[in-house]
Amino acid sequence: MTYGRYQKYHPWLYEPRFPILWWIKKWAYIRFILREMTSLAVVFYAVVLLLYVNAVSDGPEAFAAFTAWLKSPLSISLHAVAFFFLVFHSITWFNLAPKAMVIHIGAKKVSGSVILAMNYLTWVVVTVGLFWLLTF
Amino acid sequence: MSNSGLQPTIDLEVYRYRPEQQAEPTYDTFTVPLRDEWVILDALNYIKDELDGSLSYRWSCRMGVCGSCGMMANGEPVLTCAAFLKSYAPGSIRVEPLANFPVARDLIISMDDFMEKMNRIQPWIITDEEKPLEEGEYLQTPDQVDEYKQFSMCINCLLCYSACPIYGMEPSFIGPAAIALAQRYNLDSRDHGQETRMDILSTDDGIWQCTFVGECSEVCPENVDPAGAIQRYKVTSTNDWWKSKLLPWTSKQ
Amino acid sequence: MPVHDVVIVGGGGAGLRAAIAVTETDPSLEVALVSKVYPMRSHTVAAEGGAAAVIKDHDSFENHIFDTISGGDWLVDQDAIELFVNEAPNELVQLEHWGCPWSREPDGKVAVRPFGGMKKERTWYAADKTGFHMLHSLFQTSLKYPGIVPYDEWFATTLLIHDGRCQGVAALEQRTGRVEVIAGRSVIICTGGAGKVYPFTTNGAIKTGDGMSMAYRAGVPLKDMEFVQYHPTGLPGTGILITEAARGEGGILVNSDGYRYLQDYNLGQPLDVSDSNHPVKKSMELGPRDRLSQAFIHEQRKGRTIKGKFGDVVYLDVRHLGEKIIDQKIPFVRELASKYAGIDPVHEPIPVRPVLHYFMGGIDTDKTGSTSLPGLYAAGEVACVSINGANRLGSNSLTELLVFGARAGRAAAQFALEQSPTELAPLRKQVVDEDERITKSYLTKEGGTERISTIRTEMRDTMEDGAGIYRSEEGLKNTCNKLAELRDRFSNISLDDRSLTYNTELISVLELDAMLDVAEAVAHSARARKESRGSHQRTDHPVRDDDSYLMHSMAYKGDGAPKIDYKDVVITRWPPGERVYGQEQAE
Repeated sequence: MTYGRYQKYHPWLYEPRFPILWWIKKWAYIRFILREMTSLAVVFYAVVLLLYVNAVSDGPEAFAAFTAWLKSPLSISLHAVAFFFLVFHSITWFNLAPKAMVIHIGAKKVSGSVILAMNYLTWVVVTVGLFWLLTF
Repeated sequence: MSNSGLQPTIDLEVYRYRPEQQAEPTYDTFTVPLRDEWVILDALNYIKDELDGSLSYRWSCRMGVCGSCGMMANGEPVLTCAAFLKSYAPGSIRVEPLANFPVARDLIISMDDFMEKMNRIQPWIITDEEKPLEEGEYLQTPDQVDEYKQFSMCINCLLCYSACPIYGMEPSFIGPAAIALAQRYNLDSRDHGQETRMDILSTDDGIWQCTFVGECSEVCPENVDPAGAIQRYKVTSTNDWWKSKLLPWTSKQ
Repeated sequence: MPVHDVVIVGGGGAGLRAAIAVTETDPSLEVALVSKVYPMRSHTVAAEGGAAAVIKDHDSFENHIFDTISGGDWLVDQDAIELFVNEAPNELVQLEHWGCPWSREPDGKVAVRPFGGMKKERTWYAADKTGFHMLHSLFQTSLKYPGIVPYDEWFATTLLIHDGRCQGVAALEQRTGRVEVIAGRSVIICTGGAGKVYPFTTNGAIKTGDGMSMAYRAGVPLKDMEFVQYHPTGLPGTGILITEAARGEGGILVNSDGYRYLQDYNLGQPLDVSDSNHPVKKSMELGPRDRLSQAFIHEQRKGRTIKGKFGDVVYLDVRHLGEKIIDQKIPFVRELASKYAGIDPVHEPIPVRPVLHYFMGGIDTDKTGSTSLPGLYAAGEVACVSINGANRLGSNSLTELLVFGARAGRAAAQFALEQSPTELAPLRKQVVDEDERITKSYLTKEGGTERISTIRTEMRDTMEDGAGIYRSEEGLKNTCNKLAELRDRFSNISLDDRSLTYNTELISVLELDAMLDVAEAVAHSARARKESRGSHQRTDHPVRDDDSYLMHSMAYKGDGAPKIDYKDVVITRWPPGERVYGQEQAE
């Protein structure tokens, strides 16, 4: 019988190692990593918000010091970077939304572009609403 | 690309792994005629017929429907029966087995893992009660067919697994094609197996491994959109979770 | 354990349907499903147009039976076609219950389309990837049965016969190169046709007649092998199939003058494409495949075809259907034409020419799929029941897979239940011999000088030259002689690859061995049939001769040339008559 052969050559699979730098191989992968990194910008905003609340609770001097820091060039540039990443984050996620959300009206599927438009519309409405709340 | 006589040629750098002779893979370079109508698969057949009969690879229909001939061409997963040589010229083509899979021989990968996963998601119509044949077909409107049709187009070519870095890092991930296939049955009006499949797919090896790189859908030759299938699954799974917490009396358990 | 109850060779439509039938007959039976490729790669996957079964009120079983008999030029066994037509609707409904995504009417019922040679529209379809959807539905459904044991990428090399009955196969596991026993109390061959015997075919690389050859070598006759079908519309160069559904939906065929030439070949008069009665069934473009392919050859001789880079072509024009219908009904046609012919059928006509497509002949079986060797069954393209006669009608073969796959499965299950348990020892001994034969002939052999590809190319060319659409004594004699020469040279073959792991060159040489057997059976059967019938057209015997040849030819493997014998055709209610096309308006 030929079991000898079987044991000799099976299973001689070659298992390539997954490269650590896999993500620089393709622009799509780099874009993906960037999108994942945008979560750091979200963390930055969360920390700023916590510090803000903390400053308010510590009294007027602390609050003044904090707002002064917010106006510093370092803070403004950090905010600019964070803002860029947040917009990138929002846009990339919104563009993916039609894939995850499938909405029916009657028997017909709502097209992806409509879902996308609804998302952006909601974004604009919420932004305007917040702006109005804050400035009113 | 070089020009020997009238017939232009192109070089193929082909991955070789012969487990009985070598422990690590190597590359062989072959020069083949560059013909307008030739795809990479034609070049491989030319090599096997004329230059080196020991080159091994899978192929059959050479019309993009059997799913056998997926390989990496210059680092991109492609069906070699649909990848024309001229689109790579001038320059050479590096042909390798599909990434993220163990290699059995030359351009042949091991499919064991995918076959097991495909079986695991129970890709068949699950019903509580089978309708007798004499009662005829189940009615299904064209709109109802359209609900799952896209996900039923998968030819199991595995390009999506090769494009998925998550699968590369975590081979336990059930992966794009198998999850899309589960969705194909979930969305079929004749099927009642959604909950059974949810138990398999909402696990750590299932949908939550996916971080939506989205490349699976980009490389899919049949526009199946497995990435979309997985994200829809996540929404369904999340809804189910909230429902079971907020409205426990509605869940069936 | 290598011992099972039923062994099925071939994991395409027929093999999968048979496997399910066995396990549903008795769930305690274990089925070994041996396939040289993963089942979803099987060539059923490439079928496009659809599967025929009568379900609509305006149609009848009688119509389907008569269309098939006349389409097959009366070489169809009438008892077989009758039960086939009767069982067809249930089999397609069964597949619907198993999830096949059939295209639907607005009310949710299964839709049907017209097809060549069919008087009524009765072809079920899943857009134009019907075979793909049927195969995947069957394969995925088969996964739910624990009784089906897969032997994926195992290549069966010979039948194991002991005690006068077939008890399994010797098979080579491609990933390791070992040759093993796969034993069962009955065996079903479902390995498909052998289109790769010809140079220009719609068939995939795997269709090399392995199963036909296995049975043939075991002494089982191959029936009606001279009847091979040329599909009238393949893409030049690649031979990629452009489905008959393109014509079923209204596509037309025109020559270099833009003239619908089929009207010159007794296929009726054309209606304008804007006429609401176009396309007329059983007329013009919806005539049978043999007649359409033959018409092409006549046009070519008259110089009315178009010269292309890959030989002469005519045009298949679907532009008048419009983008919407094309995308909805025949999207794959658009995809294939764009990708492989570089034209968009919405705006340009598709260049096409006849291309070898299907073997009407095959392993001689009865209505249950059983062969002359006890315990051996066959179903699908590999078998010849015969329901296809001298020319198969499009969309009957996908249904045939199901009807006869299921019948063979049930019969083989019953046979297995009646046999005593398998004795492994004598089968093992045969497998050791088989392993030694393969090793000595190919892997350790020294001194051969012939290359596989040389012999394969010469075989294909001589088949096209002598046993193509039109044949003659002289051409067939040359082909028979050439094949004998190639068989001789085959013994001097040499492989580059002597290894065991996925030695695909070894598989190629085993396939070539099988193809030479099939080619020989085709050529000799064709030479012996001195008449013209259906797809078998002899320029030296241009008319049908019912007195001498209303019979199935039976090719038996001999030491040299095959022995050709004959067997009666079963005629019940439909006496031989003329094949009439294009007369529908007159009725």
